[in-house]
Amino acid sequence: MNLLPALRSLRDELAQRFGPQLECVDAPQSNELHLHVKPDLAAALCSTFYKKHHGRLAGVFAEDARAEHQVFFVYHLYVLDSIHAFVLVRVAVAAERPELLSLTHAVPAANWQEREIQDLFGIKLIGHPNPRRCALHDDWPEVYPLRKDFDLRSVLPAFEGQRHNFLKVEGDGVFQVPVGPVHAGIIEPGHFLFSVAGEPVLYLQLRMFYVHKGIEKLFESLPITHCVRLAESISGDSGFAHATAFCHAIERVAGVVPPPRARALRTMCLELERLYNHIADLGAICTDVAFVTAHMHAMRIKERILRVNEELTGNRLLRGMACLGGVRFDFDAAQLRVLAELVAELEIQCTDLVALIRGNSGLRDRLETTGVLTPKIARDLGVVGLVGRASGFDHDLRRDFPDDFYDEVQFSVPVFSEGDVQHRMVVRREEIFQSLGILRQVLAKLPQGPLAVEVGEVPPDRVALGYVEGWRGEIFHWVHTAPGNRLARCKIKDPSLQNWPALSEAILDNIIPDFPVLNKSFNLSYSGTDR
Amino acid sequence: MFETLRQSLKTGVVTTTYPATPPEVSSRTRGRPEIDWTHWLDSRPAAAVCPTGAIAAHDEPDEGGMNRSATLDLAKCVFCGSCADVDPAIRMTPQCELSARSRDSLRHTARYRLNDDGTHQRLLEAPPPAASAEWIAAAGRQLETRIQSVLGRSLHIRHVDAGSCNGCEVEIHGLNSPVYDIERFGIHFVASPRHADMLLVTGPVTRNMELALKKTYAATPDPRLVVAVGACGCSGGIFGVNYATRGAVDAVIPVDVYIPGCPPNPHALLHGILLAIGRLEAGGAKKENG
Repeated sequence: MNLLPALRSLRDELAQRFGPQLECVDAPQSNELHLHVKPDLAAALCSTFYKKHHGRLAGVFAEDARAEHQVFFVYHLYVLDSIHAFVLVRVAVAAERPELLSLTHAVPAANWQEREIQDLFGIKLIGHPNPRRCALHDDWPEVYPLRKDFDLRSVLPAFEGQRHNFLKVEGDGVFQVPVGPVHAGIIEPGHFLFSVAGEPVLYLQLRMFYVHKGIEKLFESLPITHCVRLAESISGDSGFAHATAFCHAIERVAGVVPPPRARALRTMCLELERLYNHIADLGAICTDVAFVTAHMHAMRIKERILRVNEELTGNRLLRGMACLGGVRFDFDAAQLRVLAELVAELEIQCTDLVALIRGNSGLRDRLETTGVLTPKIARDLGVVGLVGRASGFDHDLRRDFPDDFYDEVQFSVPVFSEGDVQHRMVVRREEIFQSLGILRQVLAKLPQGPLAVEVGEVPPDRVALGYVEGWRGEIFHWVHTAPGNRLARCKIKDPSLQNWPALSEAILDNIIPDFPVLNKSFNLSYSGTDR
Repeated sequence: MFETLRQSLKTGVVTTTYPATPPEVSSRTRGRPEIDWTHWLDSRPAAAVCPTGAIAAHDEPDEGGMNRSATLDLAKCVFCGSCADVDPAIRMTPQCELSARSRDSLRHTARYRLNDDGTHQRLLEAPPPAASAEWIAAAGRQLETRIQSVLGRSLHIRHVDAGSCNGCEVEIHGLNSPVYDIERFGIHFVASPRHADMLLVTGPVTRNMELALKKTYAATPDPRLVVAVGACGCSGGIFGVNYATRGAVDAVIPVDVYIPGCPPNPHALLHGILLAIGRLEAGGAKKENG
């Protein structure tokens, strides 16, 4: 494999420093370095990639390899944005003593993911500052669902008892406001416990995983072709992005590259998904501070996009479009005309919508300096996607790790350091116009040719990473194949999982009535988080 | 203010006239799969590619040969069209108004005599015909009078996500858009189950949401309607029943109407909600076998 020059020098640096302690160094892709190490090296590598190379810990996950290797593997995925490379560290954890030193003290971004490993695999993360349950609520029996000896169809007793022991916040005039899991609007379930003194919020505790559906376990039970449909259902509003990330991973395992036309159509669909969500969010942010007129216009525009999605792919949320090796449906001349008309129309409609929003000074008053997430905290928590870009975190997989058709188009990545609700809205606003630009370029350059390459049965015992910059942020799918065109493991990383803890920071010293708009400005996926 | 008015006037009326007029869907949309039962040669390839088991075959010996029950279950269907890709006897139609008042009426089963190689020799028994389009149209026409007489011109809906992927929520939001504008029927989404006449429930019910759903149901005053939304709400969908999910909504609370779809579009949702209203008699008592 022709390794990136920067990654080659990193590999040499590692070899020099750690030498024989690195059990295996592999480069399955030109921008990916895979290292196999013993547990004692994990912290040193973390410090190397996170501190020295200013990378970020984008994924922490585990795998039950006791049957083949008598160990559990814990993986640390580092993204080195500056050199456009990934480093995946595989740490072997003894099966008879499943313990590993926690990295959360050094990298707070690892917090929830390490706790998830504790819950789902029963691997203890030593020294974790808050080792309480996370992915499984407190009433769950002692089961480790992602271990291989746990059956997907196990029937557990119905819920009873306590979901979680929340921390108590006490003092004169301090009281607690519990909200959820069933919320007042048309949204997903989660529990928020606000501790307030008067109106300002002192502390916010989040309880997620109400919609945990066992998706990662389910991936291990389905044929790979069915898994594409399952990937569409990880987070419905990012269905195409998740399915495409999954397809990328499988295509890398199979060693195939989708034909140019398929890559172009994928890019179109990804941008359509970004557009309908970003536009809906502009409206939803407005409605949460009582500017309903803008919301109505946004809903109307979103409906227009969903109908074009349907005309292009047969489904309003682009479902059924993704497939391994390419895409399922072509766009004929008439459909491309419909898309071109939509792009031209959206340019005008979105300009109008932005003018409407800009012209409302009361709206600005509510949004500016509300819910500030500082760049420092964003970096500590590893916040990704548009929320990160509104807090000074300059990264976008479309630009830094281009796949599909993204290296054939020009676009800019808006980044701001203010980190307030206003700027999360501005990032969306700017990205809408960038997306329209991308669509225009793809329409102009659309290559001819086949829609998909044959993928066939994928070879067993291979690993690969698939990734897509969805509208919320980066989506990772890491797969490990098994014999018979099946998967031994599929790790899904939705950007929401990384961003939820940041909400607790951004709300501090704000008032409860501002929470809905703050939450909406993040607009995280509960289902994508909980899986 | 002037800009707000200018844009509203410029936009004009965008609201659909559904249900007085047919759903505004693309001819390419994938709605109800239609099976040519008489000429269906083999249900196994379609069953093999179906990700949710919506198409399934069950063989059993009979009079020295084999018979097969081949089922299309619209409650499980995610309308991906994979079956139509591999089977010329199956065609995806744009029909999206698929709601039903009983789970059984969404299952269409045909019986076949089999050849030795497992292909269909002849059709023994065709499934009963699907719900007539006339009935659907009639239900739509009766809507306004029904809401007026039954619910004092208003129906209050509480949405409960019991485990959805949030695809259904994207479309339920659409009901509140100016295009579908559900409030023109006097139907409102409300913040509390205590204010609600109807629960609109999505998702396979997860283990972690089961109790919350039951409590929400208990908090909703009688007579209450429950509408299960989407493939997951109707049947558990692609998630089915596993360690973390209980599957369909009706595994946890009684359901009055099922709205298939993945996700059902706003027309389909509206159709299902109208159908559920038909279960209420004037005065508010719930019909047992509507």
